[in-house]
Amino acid sequence: METPGFLPMARLQTLIDTLIDDGFRCVAPQVRDGAILYDTLDKVKQLPKGVTQEQSNGRYRLHQTDSTRNFAWANGPQAIKPLTFAPREELWYSEVKSDGSLKFYQAPTETEPVAILGVRACDLAALALQDQHFQHSFPDPYYDARRKRLLLIAVHCTHPAETCFCASTGDGPEARSGYDLSLYETDLGYFVTAGSLAGEMLLHRLPLEAGDAALFAAARGETGAAADAQQRQLPEGDLQAMLFGNLNHPQWQAVAERCLSCGNCTQVCPTCFCHSENSVPSISGQSTAHERQWDSCFSPGHSYIHGITLRKDTASRYRQWLTHKFGSWHEQYGRSGCVGCGRCISWCPVGIDPTEELAVICKDSAGDSA
Amino acid sequence: MHNLEKKPRIAVHKFSSCDGCQLAFLNLGGDLLELTRRVEIMHFLEAGLDAPEAEVDIAFVEGSLSTQDEIERIRKVRESSRYLITIGACATAGGLQALRNLDNQHEQWRDAIYAKPEFIKTLNHARPIADEVRVDFELWGCPINSRQLLAAINSLLFGVPPIDDRDKVCLECKRQQRVCVMVTEDKPCLGPVTRTGCGALCPSFGRDCYGCYGPADNPNTASLSKRFAGLGLLPQAIARRFLLINSAAPAFHDAGLIARSGVSGDDSDD
Repeated sequence: METPGFLPMARLQTLIDTLIDDGFRCVAPQVRDGAILYDTLDKVKQLPKGVTQEQSNGRYRLHQTDSTRNFAWANGPQAIKPLTFAPREELWYSEVKSDGSLKFYQAPTETEPVAILGVRACDLAALALQDQHFQHSFPDPYYDARRKRLLLIAVHCTHPAETCFCASTGDGPEARSGYDLSLYETDLGYFVTAGSLAGEMLLHRLPLEAGDAALFAAARGETGAAADAQQRQLPEGDLQAMLFGNLNHPQWQAVAERCLSCGNCTQVCPTCFCHSENSVPSISGQSTAHERQWDSCFSPGHSYIHGITLRKDTASRYRQWLTHKFGSWHEQYGRSGCVGCGRCISWCPVGIDPTEELAVICKDSAGDSA
Repeated sequence: MHNLEKKPRIAVHKFSSCDGCQLAFLNLGGDLLELTRRVEIMHFLEAGLDAPEAEVDIAFVEGSLSTQDEIERIRKVRESSRYLITIGACATAGGLQALRNLDNQHEQWRDAIYAKPEFIKTLNHARPIADEVRVDFELWGCPINSRQLLAAINSLLFGVPPIDDRDKVCLECKRQQRVCVMVTEDKPCLGPVTRTGCGALCPSFGRDCYGCYGPADNPNTASLSKRFAGLGLLPQAIARRFLLINSAAPAFHDAGLIARSGVSGDDSDD
């Protein structure tokens, strides 16, 4: 790979200014309530400079260091998902007209251009999966409008958390595609590459210097080291066959004793797309809004059909989550639904780790499917 | 579910309670005027309407059953109402008053608290409305909010059963993109076992849920208790998490007694 142009640390503000001049709302990671969240930003100093993190089962902590880096952490509870697949949104509304007839309207969708600075490889992979679901399998105008307004600036990950396993799923820590611009962070600044025509045009307007080949090699080396540092991994072999061959494995019951069935894993998962819809009538009785909101396979409503909740107990709900995410997802989307971001491990209030559950459940059949 | 009359009549009854849930009506502001175009409010003492015997289509009942007089009164309310909806933790699960059910020292407490205990005629146990009469729908919360109330009234006015949302607080907390206070701050949050409806109010202000909406669907209190112990809470502290606003709701009651016995996994001692 040719040495890309270099944006010195002191000139990162130019990138943000350029985006804002081009009419983008710039969204970037910032420290909020003890976590790294994506929020609107216009100054470099709002970035989490020197912030590192510690993640483990059911635990997430930030630490301040004197590092000059802005992206020395793995991820926070959010991916890009809330910006494309809104947690709650109005789909349509209807009104009673004076002649008693009903009139239906499609709710307006956000189209304001948004540039996200600091996207991780795992989240780009997740976005590609959500694109498959919302733009191809079941075209969704609300998702589509939000998706098309995005400009994505990836920062290759050099600080994986203990919970990360993107190397095992093949989705990181180095972003390979799906971005407009990508940055390799070093202590002194950023090597900048383009991944799209829009990114290429943006790159040419940045005050880049000639990059130092040795420094770039070291920067790329850091992403390699970030892969090597990861401890967790998915079991080898055909997970779909192994999971569906173990539907009565005693581990489903064992995990259900710990699982709170709270759905946090599915809400922080960047690829989960389940939702419920409900009507919100006005008090006048003359109009009603129809809303969609994030749902979870851990909720009673998810398997409610004709007066019956099919999956009443936690064992069957946990099995649904794992067999879909790692099993039948292959049939639907040609790959597993897991991108190795590890959020389900960190943000589970009781620290359940699906990679451990998979290892136990798939262990007995590992020989058959190799 | 039957369609209601052209202009349905409603009543708001108060039993043993703090009156806070009735504020969900009064806090509607302009919407309350809008509501009175669609329903006729027959009885609502806090709003100055006094006709407790009126026949109504929907009776909203606040408060627990704490006296013999209240038991007789709720039977009359039931007889004169087509639908009976409990509002709030007291009416739905006994509320704070039900704390007195836990130690069976009703008379000692009464005598210690009141200057003239001979005038106090209370039952030993505070009980939810459903212990005495049939309840058609329950609105949980301490207090309930206007959003829940409107949703229930609207559903009935449209002739459909109200939605019984038994999801956990966590789902709404995440929809609102709040940062989990248990994962980042070790706070003993009851969100994973508590019913949604509050809009994840406490976690939105950085504090842990204390379960005022009562138990959710499928609450795994045993696992959460174990987690609380891991966070350093002693058995008595874990018991107090569950035995507060909804101490008489079976899932929280049992979890509290198990924690209090100090031996996780044993049967409760009642």
